[in-house]
Amino acid sequence: MSSSLHNGWEVVIGLEVHVQLATRSKIFSGASTATGDAPNSHASLIDLGMPGTLPVVNKEAIRNAVRFGLAINADIGRRSVFERKNYFYPDLPKGYQTTQLAEPIVGAGEVVIQLEDGREKTVRIHHAHLEEDAGKSLHEDFHGQTGIDLNRAGTPLIEIVSEPDMGNAEEAVAFARKLHAIVTSLGVCDGDMSQGNMRFDVNISVRRPGEPLGTRTETKNLNSFRFMEKAIKLEVERQIDVLEDGGKIVQETRLYNGETNTARSMRTKEDANDYRYFPCPDLLPVLVSEEEIDTLRAELPELPDARQARYVEQYQLSDYDAGLLSGSIATARYFEAAAQHGGDAKLAANWVMGELAARLNSEDKDIADSPVSAEQLGQLILRLKDGTISSKIAKQVFEACWNGEGDPDAIIEAKGLKQMSDTGELEKIVDQVIADSPAQVEDYRSADDAKRKKKIGYFVGQVMKATQGKANPQQVNQLLQQKLAP
Amino acid sequence: MAIDSQVVARVAHLARLQVDDGESEALSERLNEILGMVDQLQQADVSDVEPLAHPLEVSQPLRDDRVTEPDVRDKVLPIAPASEEGCFLVPRVIE
Repeated sequence: MSSSLHNGWEVVIGLEVHVQLATRSKIFSGASTATGDAPNSHASLIDLGMPGTLPVVNKEAIRNAVRFGLAINADIGRRSVFERKNYFYPDLPKGYQTTQLAEPIVGAGEVVIQLEDGREKTVRIHHAHLEEDAGKSLHEDFHGQTGIDLNRAGTPLIEIVSEPDMGNAEEAVAFARKLHAIVTSLGVCDGDMSQGNMRFDVNISVRRPGEPLGTRTETKNLNSFRFMEKAIKLEVERQIDVLEDGGKIVQETRLYNGETNTARSMRTKEDANDYRYFPCPDLLPVLVSEEEIDTLRAELPELPDARQARYVEQYQLSDYDAGLLSGSIATARYFEAAAQHGGDAKLAANWVMGELAARLNSEDKDIADSPVSAEQLGQLILRLKDGTISSKIAKQVFEACWNGEGDPDAIIEAKGLKQMSDTGELEKIVDQVIADSPAQVEDYRSADDAKRKKKIGYFVGQVMKATQGKANPQQVNQLLQQKLAP
Repeated sequence: MAIDSQVVARVAHLARLQVDDGESEALSERLNEILGMVDQLQQADVSDVEPLAHPLEVSQPLRDDRVTEPDVRDKVLPIAPASEEGCFLVPRVIE
């Protein structure tokens, strides 16, 4: 457990992560898992829990769960059993959720996270099990009633249950991001947070170091890394405040509101765990053969840790940069494509983590939806490298490209942004600047070498201004030094 | 464990079953008889028997990941007590 203290309190965090599996059809029926279609258009008789229907397990859901298990070095359940978790809720048509409990498909495993100070930490995974998602309850637009859309009912999920190995919000977020990187690299999940592809339940307790675990609360259904971090910080503060005021923590489920950064109690767990689980009589035990496991293991794609190591090795990036770029499959794909098209990994890395990341961040966009494609960024890098444009102009071209004004080459051409390569023309401008600034020239010539280096900046600035930034700054510097020499 | 009226009431609530006070006593008696039988079963020595999740010695057949189910919404929605804009309507769920 973590040793980092928060005002003398030790924080203990465990996560339950629901990951929607990217299958075409549902876990127990042949209905589509597509989203965005008319409500209930993908709710089959099986999903609706109609009498007389029987579930049949989707092979790909099993495979995806096994792939995840292999990626975290977990014991694979050669034999796993579906059970019924019984509770009543309008978006759960059968009156029970088909899930796994005693014999899950993925046993104990581990995930290594990188902390901000560069250290690594292992988060143990207790297990991961397969289950079906519920439908959606829509509370608005139904004048005082609730609308039920069961398109999501039966979508396959794996629920990943961690051990309480995280000691603060940053570690929990690092763990969540790592899981996101793993499942998207595997291709078992689309990883679109805004669509609820991954949802996090956070168990939090605090204690004085050395004392037994405190009572925990569960903050449910967080669907962004940012909200998760805020919700954890909020709950930790709340628990410490309650305890320091002599109060007691009640075991309860809490709901976080990201818009107001507040949370409230949803229900106390007086009926805790009274789901009366029992093995689902409609489903037989699922067996996974050694051959199947071996095949899936052999087919595993490159995982985030391996990708990071390769970036360090292949592109000579720092561990930190490699970690950032390999941290999500979308970023990794973008970076590699830009590096390939631009022929310079270091430049590509700088642009992806710098200009592009800043721009995406400011418009709250995902890299997969970047208005500047990896090919376009690659072209921009090519033009930087061959001296067609300066890095200052490159930013201008990037901005125009972002705004949909075309490919970098077309923008450079249309706006006449090519760096001045004609030395004769540049010389004329340099001469003009020198002729226009007699006082500065006098000042420069009477200064010593160290001061001259600073004073030359004025002339460079004037030349760049006169050429609208199109001159090559190094060339300008050289010319000026020659011409200003006393 | 012995089942009394309180346990019956609690289990009935969890299963959303309506059990009158009059029925509750008779029910606890019968449930206790069942538990008595389970107690008897518990005495059997099963130390060398594998746990059983299903009486059949077969495993779950799996299906390919293909979309095969038709859209039955227009047949199903009219059976519901209330529906609107393609959704089933239920009394407001407040959390």
